[in-house]
Amino acid sequence: MSFPWANQYQPQHPLMKWLDEKLPMPRLVYNAIGGGYPVPRNLNYFWNFGVLAGAALAIQIITGIVLAMHYAANAGVAFDSVEHIMRDVNAGWFIRYAHMNGASMFFIVVYLHIFRGLYYGSYKAPREMVWLLGVVIFLLMMATAFMGYVLPWGQMSFWGAQVITGFFSAIPVVGEPVRVWLLGGFAPDNAALNRFFSLHYLLPFVIAGVIILHIWALHIPGSSNPTGIEVKDEQDTVPFHPYYTAKDGFGLGIFLLVFVALTFFVPNMLGHADNYIPANPLSTPAHIVPEWYFWPFYAILRAFTFNFLWIDAKLWGVIAMFAAIALLFFLPWLDSSPVKSSNYRPLYRKFFWLLVLDVFILGWCGMSPAEQPYVIMSQLASIYYFAHFLIILPIVSRIERPEPMPNSITEAVLAKHADAASAATA
Amino acid sequence: MVRPLGFLVGLGFIAALVLAILTTPLTNEPNASHEFHKHPKHLKLASDGLVPHWDKAQLQRGMQVYKEVCSACHSLNLVAFRNIQDLGYTEGQVKSFAKSYDNIPSINPDTGEPATRTGLPSDHFPAPYANEVAARAANNNALPPDLSLITKAREGGKDYIYSLLTGFQNPPANLPKELRPGTGLHYNPYFANLNLAMAPPLADGQVTYADGTKATVDQMASDVTAFLVWTAEPKLVKRVQVGWGAFIFLLIFSTLTYLSYRNIWADKEH
Repeated sequence: MSFPWANQYQPQHPLMKWLDEKLPMPRLVYNAIGGGYPVPRNLNYFWNFGVLAGAALAIQIITGIVLAMHYAANAGVAFDSVEHIMRDVNAGWFIRYAHMNGASMFFIVVYLHIFRGLYYGSYKAPREMVWLLGVVIFLLMMATAFMGYVLPWGQMSFWGAQVITGFFSAIPVVGEPVRVWLLGGFAPDNAALNRFFSLHYLLPFVIAGVIILHIWALHIPGSSNPTGIEVKDEQDTVPFHPYYTAKDGFGLGIFLLVFVALTFFVPNMLGHADNYIPANPLSTPAHIVPEWYFWPFYAILRAFTFNFLWIDAKLWGVIAMFAAIALLFFLPWLDSSPVKSSNYRPLYRKFFWLLVLDVFILGWCGMSPAEQPYVIMSQLASIYYFAHFLIILPIVSRIERPEPMPNSITEAVLAKHADAASAATA
Repeated sequence: MVRPLGFLVGLGFIAALVLAILTTPLTNEPNASHEFHKHPKHLKLASDGLVPHWDKAQLQRGMQVYKEVCSACHSLNLVAFRNIQDLGYTEGQVKSFAKSYDNIPSINPDTGEPATRTGLPSDHFPAPYANEVAARAANNNALPPDLSLITKAREGGKDYIYSLLTGFQNPPANLPKELRPGTGLHYNPYFANLNLAMAPPLADGQVTYADGTKATVDQMASDVTAFLVWTAEPKLVKRVQVGWGAFIFLLIFSTLTYLSYRNIWADKEH
C-alpha cells in the first residue's frame, strides 16, 4: 500500500521492462526504498537510525561470515583460533575488531532508534505492528549478541554463559533440568559452545527476515514524523529517493566515522580485559559483567535481593529482567494518549527524559560491583523503570492536556520557516 | 484490560523492590585491602596514542629481558620466532635465534619416541613447563600466566604490568596482620589482594644490554612491558595507520554526502 500520489515505477530499458514482467524485483525495491515511497518531508536526524541499524546488521553478517571461515567452535581451540585470526589471517585483526565493535554500534543505533520511537510515539496506532516486530528484533539481537560473546571462549565468555543460562535454573522444579538440556552439560562446555556458534550464525538471518516484516508493516501506514500528525496530502511528503537516500547517505558517513574511530583507535574500550584470559571453569573472575548494552538489564536482575511472597529473590530478578523488555510489547496499549509526538505532550516529555536518565543510572549500576551505593541506586532506578511504564504512563496519558498542534505537516514546516525568517529579520 | 493488569504487575515489582531496599544494609563489608591498594602508574610508550610507532631498540631490549628473566617461569605461547622480524631482526637473525633453542618438543623420526630438536622460525617460543601440574609444582602451587596477551588481559593494561614489576616493597608498618604476606608471598600494592606469589623478578644490572643502556629495574620493566604490548597486539601500529586512512576517507565521504543532501533539499523546506 502507498499514498495515491506515489510515483509509479516505469522501466525504460527493455531489459528492465522484461525483468519487470518476469520478476518485478526492481519494482519492489523502488516502492520500498526508492522514488515510489512517499515519506513525510519533516523527518529529523533521529529518523536515520533505522537505515543505520540495517547497515550495522549488514556489516555484522559480512564480517561474521569471514570470521566463521577461520574460527573453530571447539572449546579446546576456540580461544587460540580467535588469536590466529588476530595475528595470522590477512586483515583478520580488522575483521575481528570490526565485528566486535560492530555489535556495539548496532546496539547504539538500535537504542537511539527505540528512544526515538518512545519520544515521538512511533509505537502508537496505526504502527503498533511495526513496534511489536521491533521488540522481537531487539530480543533476537540480545540473544545473538550474548551467544556471540561466548564464542571467543575467554573468561567473560564462559562466566557470562554460566550466569545467563543460570537464569533458567531459577525456574522452580524444571529449571535445573532445562538448564542442563540447553547447555548440553552441567556447565558451559564444548556442546554449549557448538550450539551457540550454530545459533549465532542462524539468528542474524532470522533478524534480517523480521526486519523485512518490520519494513513491510511500516509501509502500510507510512513513516511517522516529528509532529506525530499523519500525512494528509501530497505536499506533506517527498519521495524517499533522492531526498532520504541523500540524508541517510550523510548519516551513514557519520555512523562509519564513529565506527572507524572505535574499531581502529580504541578497539577494546567497550570490551572487558578478562576476555583475553582463556576460559577457566576453576577460576571465577572477581566481577562478572556483561557487555555494556546489557548493563541496565543486569542492574534490574541484581536489584531484587528479597524473597517476596513465595518467589525467591533470584527468580524475582529473572522475571523482572525479562518483564523489563516484555512490557515494551504492551506499550501501544499502556499509553492511551492520542497525541503521538512528545513535542506536544508537556507532562509526558518530562517523564521521558527522566526515563532516559534512569536507564543511564541503571547502566552505571550494572557496570559496577554489587556493593553500596550501587545496590540501592539500582533498586531505586528499577522502581522508576517499572513505575514509568506501568503506572505513570497510563495515568499521564489520561490527565495530560496536550499543547496546541498544527493542522498538518506542511503547516508545521512553514510555521517553523516563518519563525526562522522573522527571527533573521528582527 | 492491559492497563489495570499492568498497574498490578508494576505494584508487585515495586513492592518487591521496596522490601529489598528496606532489608539491604546500606554499608559495605569493610575491606581493609582497598586502603592499601594503589592505582597503576602511567607508563609512556612509543606505541601509545594516535600516532604510534614501535621503538624497535626498546622492543629488542624487552625481548632480552623476557628471554633471560621472565621465560624461566612464563610461557609466550602465541608468539612464533618468525614474528620477531617485526622487532627489526633480519631473516638470518631470526633463523639463528630460533636455532639457539634446542628444546622444541618433537618425536624421534626413527623410533617415534618423544624427543627435542632445535628451533625453526615457524616454531613458537617454548613453554618453560610441560604442563600446568609441572608449573604449579615448581611455583609453590601458583600458576605463572602465559604472557602473550597479558597487557590486554589485565585491567590497567601496560600501566598495570609496569607498576607490578616495579611495585615490590616492604609492607607498610600499619598493614593489618591478616593482610601481611604469608610464606612464599610478596607484598605489592598494585596487585589486587596485595600479596603476590611472584618474587620480585628484576634487580638492577640483572641483564646486560648490548646497546649500552643501563639496566635499572625501571628500565627493564619499561622495556619488557613495551615488548609485551607488542606480543599482545603485533598489528597495533598498522591498525592505527590504516584507521587514519579510513577516517580521512570517511571525512571526505561525509562532506560530499552532506553537500549532496543540502543540494537535493535546497528547493524543499523541511
